[in-house]
Amino acid sequence: MTAEALDNRIGTAWKKPPLITNPALRWTLFIGGLAYVVLAVSSIDVNWARVAEGLSRGWAFITAFFSPDFVSRGGDIWAGILESIIITITSTVVGIAISIPIGLGAARNIAPLPVYLVCRAIVSLSRALNEIIVAILLVAIFGFGPLAGFLTLSFATIGFMSKLLAEDIEEMSKAQAEAIRATGSSWLQWINYGVQPQVMPRLIGLSMYRLDINFRESAVLGLVGAGGIGATLNTAFDRYEFDTAAAILLIIIVTVMALEYLSGIIRAKVQ
Amino acid sequence: MPVSTDVHGAKIWQLRNRNQTLIRWGSYLAAVAIFMWCWQRISEATTWFFVWDAPRIAADIGGRAWPPRWSYMDKLWGPLWDTFNMATLGTVLALFLAVPVAFLAARNTTPSTLFIRPVALFIIVSTRSINSLIWALLLVAIVGPGVFAGLMAIALRSIGFCAKLLYEAIEEIDEKQVEAITATGASRWQVMAYGIVPQILPAFAGISVFRWDINIRESTVLGLVGAGGIGLQLQSSLNTLAWPQVTLILIVILFAVIVGEWVSAKVRGAII
Repeated sequence: MTAEALDNRIGTAWKKPPLITNPALRWTLFIGGLAYVVLAVSSIDVNWARVAEGLSRGWAFITAFFSPDFVSRGGDIWAGILESIIITITSTVVGIAISIPIGLGAARNIAPLPVYLVCRAIVSLSRALNEIIVAILLVAIFGFGPLAGFLTLSFATIGFMSKLLAEDIEEMSKAQAEAIRATGSSWLQWINYGVQPQVMPRLIGLSMYRLDINFRESAVLGLVGAGGIGATLNTAFDRYEFDTAAAILLIIIVTVMALEYLSGIIRAKVQ
Repeated sequence: MPVSTDVHGAKIWQLRNRNQTLIRWGSYLAAVAIFMWCWQRISEATTWFFVWDAPRIAADIGGRAWPPRWSYMDKLWGPLWDTFNMATLGTVLALFLAVPVAFLAARNTTPSTLFIRPVALFIIVSTRSINSLIWALLLVAIVGPGVFAGLMAIALRSIGFCAKLLYEAIEEIDEKQVEAITATGASRWQVMAYGIVPQILPAFAGISVFRWDINIRESTVLGLVGAGGIGLQLQSSLNTLAWPQVTLILIVILFAVIVGEWVSAKVRGAII
């Protein structure tokens, strides 16, 4: 700020500079946003009588968290959780196994253009489709059961892992890769000794993260019949057995926390 | 020492010694055994006849589903608007709730590290680890089916996500600016408004747009459990096996997701 500008400012109060400098844009955004909120809120019709009636049920649910019932549906809960874990493990393993070649193909500095385009198409397809929608389609095709859930999560894992792996490979240090190539290595040796050591720590970290995501997702796949704890949870809610539902939710929260803690330790170790 | 000798007594270099190698192969074996056991459980729970029949079924469904029933679009504008509202208002509500939680959870702004911070962290973890579909299921049971349940589900699910990213941003702020404001004799709230908030505002804007994009994806399926939006139409079309309508709805959802991602990428590009 020049001295003259400062002179003119003497005596005037300081004002916080606005986030958006252009006043016209600022006011348009503000008024537009306000108009939208009014319009949107008015288009939602809330049945307050129904809500008031439900509040006691909501309270019952909250109190159920302090007296969760692990026992009376214990068999169902245990079977559901076990199935969720099984789906999580298998889909993570298979998903990662498939996503490694696709990730290699989706990295522009390794793959030729046609391979790159095909792999990128697979990645974007997998990322654009919501897990639940994929699960619905796969349940329709393969029938009810954990196989549909396993296939859904494997498919979702491919999109996630391949994309991040490919980005990691694209950012790798060229010097190391070239050094291996200069020794006269074959393509496979080049990948194994030049590329793989550079991306391995991140790959392990991401795998742990994906394991965590897959468990969370496997908890809802049961809602559409793709196996796991979701079906038990759905039944518990439908019967208003909130204490059982609370028990299931607590198990999910604790498992997710444990997985997050474990993956934190492993990621800290490899990175 | 990772060195052993060959038959002539010459030393061979090895990457690992015997114990390390044994542990390594043992864990490989355990991993494969666990995987095979899991796979066996899945296999037992699967009707393989349906799986072998799957290509025919898929072709059959594909044949029925094409072409999409474009005229059904008239009935989709309303649900699409609802879906958009659930995502947007849900994000706004979540941000209002997430800001205080984030300030309570950040190490440098929390009033009490011993009592309040763990509570805030628990709120973050528990809202984050429960999927929005489960929240919707719960809220439909409590407040009845409709857009309101979906909106609340989206909001509750997003609190943890937004608060976590926001409190990490708060913990990473430059303490010098806070100190400078404190040195002017500012009150606690003034320090917050002029020392901390301007520093986290870009992160806040980025987080909200990012979460809005995710919420658009999630709100498209909330209708499956009765929480309003386009998922409701999807559910009813699936129940009546109206495959051409399902195709159209899937196309619309895909389109909405792509538009959401595009908008969010543009806005984030403009902010950062």
